[in-house]
Amino acid sequence: MSENFLIQLSVIILFLPLLGFIVTLLLGKKIPKIFFFEVFVLLVGLVLSAILLIGKLTSFADTSIIAEFKWIDMGNVPVIGSIKIYLGMLIDDISALMIVVVFIISFLVHFFSVDYMKGDIRYNRYFAYLGLFTFSMSGIVLTHNILMMYIFWELVGISSYLLIGFWYEKKSASDAGKKAFIVNRIGDLGMLAGLLILFLTYNTFSFQQIFSEISKGHLPFNSGFWLTVTGILIFCGAIGKSAQFPLHVWLPDAMEGPTPVSALIHAATMVAAGVYLVVRVFGILTADAMLFIATIGALSAFIPATIALTQNDIKRVLAYSTISQLGYMIMALGVGAYKFAFFHLITHAFFKACLFLGSGSVIHAMHHEQDIRNMGGLRKKMPLTYATFLISSIAISGIPLTSGFLSKDGILSGSLAFASLTGHWLFPVVGYFVAILTAFYMFRLVIITFHGVPRNKEKYEHAHESSFVMVMPLVVLTTLSLFFWYTPNPMNPEDGWFYTKWIKAPVLHTPENVRFDFMKTDEAVSSANAEEHDIMYSETYASALHHIHGTAVILSLLMAISGILLAFMMYQWKKISADKLAERFKPLYNFSLNKWYFDELYDKTFVAGTLALSRTVAWIDRVIIDGIVDGSASVTLSVSNFVGKFDNIVVDGLVNFMAYLSAFIGLIFRRFQTGKVQTYIIMVIFSIVILLFIFKSF
Amino acid sequence: MEVTLVHFLVVSTLLFCLGIYGVVTRKNAIMVLMGIELILNSSNINFIAFSRFGNFGLEGQLFALFVIVLAAAEAAVALAIVLNLYKTFVNVNVDEIDTLRD
Repeated sequence: MSENFLIQLSVIILFLPLLGFIVTLLLGKKIPKIFFFEVFVLLVGLVLSAILLIGKLTSFADTSIIAEFKWIDMGNVPVIGSIKIYLGMLIDDISALMIVVVFIISFLVHFFSVDYMKGDIRYNRYFAYLGLFTFSMSGIVLTHNILMMYIFWELVGISSYLLIGFWYEKKSASDAGKKAFIVNRIGDLGMLAGLLILFLTYNTFSFQQIFSEISKGHLPFNSGFWLTVTGILIFCGAIGKSAQFPLHVWLPDAMEGPTPVSALIHAATMVAAGVYLVVRVFGILTADAMLFIATIGALSAFIPATIALTQNDIKRVLAYSTISQLGYMIMALGVGAYKFAFFHLITHAFFKACLFLGSGSVIHAMHHEQDIRNMGGLRKKMPLTYATFLISSIAISGIPLTSGFLSKDGILSGSLAFASLTGHWLFPVVGYFVAILTAFYMFRLVIITFHGVPRNKEKYEHAHESSFVMVMPLVVLTTLSLFFWYTPNPMNPEDGWFYTKWIKAPVLHTPENVRFDFMKTDEAVSSANAEEHDIMYSETYASALHHIHGTAVILSLLMAISGILLAFMMYQWKKISADKLAERFKPLYNFSLNKWYFDELYDKTFVAGTLALSRTVAWIDRVIIDGIVDGSASVTLSVSNFVGKFDNIVVDGLVNFMAYLSAFIGLIFRRFQTGKVQTYIIMVIFSIVILLFIFKSF
Repeated sequence: MEVTLVHFLVVSTLLFCLGIYGVVTRKNAIMVLMGIELILNSSNINFIAFSRFGNFGLEGQLFALFVIVLAAAEAAVALAIVLNLYKTFVNVNVDEIDTLRD
């Protein structure tokens, strides 16, 4: 396959969902069945992206393809210099993989929604929005420059807003949409600042050019510190989009949207865009920036995991679990486990989408009941949903034979290796602790929802297994959560093609002095050698990873199993009473139940602060600005009054005086003009006589 | 007593003054015309006198002839105008014909 073919393919893939969006939106009112077109477009997109991935992996395994065109040429701007902005496509290992993941999940969610959303009054518009989202997400994945990424970044923000507030008649839904949009804006501001620093320094938005400039040692403001700042600022975009601490508060509220939307946007793809962004700019992150990212990731993994323990809304548990898993990925990037982070991004996308769609299936069957306390015993009514949900829960808990085990174990061993090399032991400790929590709350969810006796008899009686249209995506996603897609050895991802062949080791561009020690290029591993063995960073890191791997596997298995056992003890066999435990640790329980009081805290500080600030500004506007405007008005009035008087008296007086003068002179001279020739002759004669007297000397 | 240039000039001056007096005082347009004839004739006397007493050859007399011809032509034109005036206004008093003044 030629390079041109792949580029054309990527452009078609990018614009197909946009076509679906436009057609579905415009014809939605006239043709009720138009949503089939949108689903069909997604199917075509899925096939094309699969072809793209195959083409990339077979023909261009080691190179990335870039196509760009000039978008804006401002010529020579004074002071700044020439400004040219290029847009373009980049097809490399991660973008080709990511686009396939996006289209698989997007297609399955479209498929699932056909039944789930049946009977909705804005049925076709829903599909149109999904198309818009898929377009924007493809843009983020396929772009070769950070500006275009930012544009599509905002586009996914708006489609997320539209879909969260899809049932806008509900106040909570429209509020959640606004909250998501505004909270995201805060992060995006940081990202904008970061990309402006990059543009200011390198006069280009292209990742490739920025990276090569940094490799040459050209840093923003010539200091490693500013490179750190730039990295952190760009990471701010990821904090917002991936719902990382402290901006994680929007994601649980985003569950107000339709459940398939939560699966597509708020679990698998859009929230992963933040991780994708960090993966993209990984090569320019300094040691300090990475430490910051790892800290944020660890906090985001830990805090939501503790909140998820006590939530009773099936979707909220999954939402907090999503934040926690994204925190894992971010932490993995921070500790340098680059491949595992991206690996976890993909595996998590599949099993979390499956979990969300599974919860959608349950909610659909229970007639929009989301509280797990009203469920129970659904195992018998919905065997397929139960099976898929269970397997996905096993995957997210990190039990062998699933994809989740491979990636999560990788992240944990990466953080252990990092800790052994740098001494930051808190990261693996948090990671392992969160692994227990994850296993516990996921199985708590499974047990309360599907096991035991039905708590709400009436709803239970009406519950039924969902139709094929809704179950098929669950089955497909569950299959994708098994290990054999990624590696032949269920215990170690490093034996697999996915880890070693498909994802390339990251190329670092940062100067040596701002990297972690283990990331410095050592003499032993020359670049050729590193490529051959595909060793990340250095021999030290590789061997640390290798040594720690056995311990990591055992530890993570132990954690997952103990978490699951605990869940069974408490909820299945009732050996430990959950209520008594909650009673004993009342403050802790309430703290978790109320989501660490983040919403209340933000309400009291930022929201109230913003309101107070707005009131102050409004007061300044009303009193001072308006006062100045009114004052200037009255000053103008009095000045015009004075000028009017001056006009009336002085100027008009002068003009009238001239008129009177002319009239007076006229009165005198009209006497001479009698109209009688004889008078004139007398005057002429007199004049001649006078002239004669005057010139008599001649 | 010999007749000198001064005598001629005195006569012509008297004639000129009479002409001016006629032009200025008479109301009848024909009388005004006659005054003009007198002024022309006084200038003719001057021409001939200077021609006789100066070293100018015959040029003065030639000019006098021109003036006589001119006066004849002028009288013809002016009398035609006066006739037209009479046709329009039924009198030829110059102070009463003042239509252009308004």
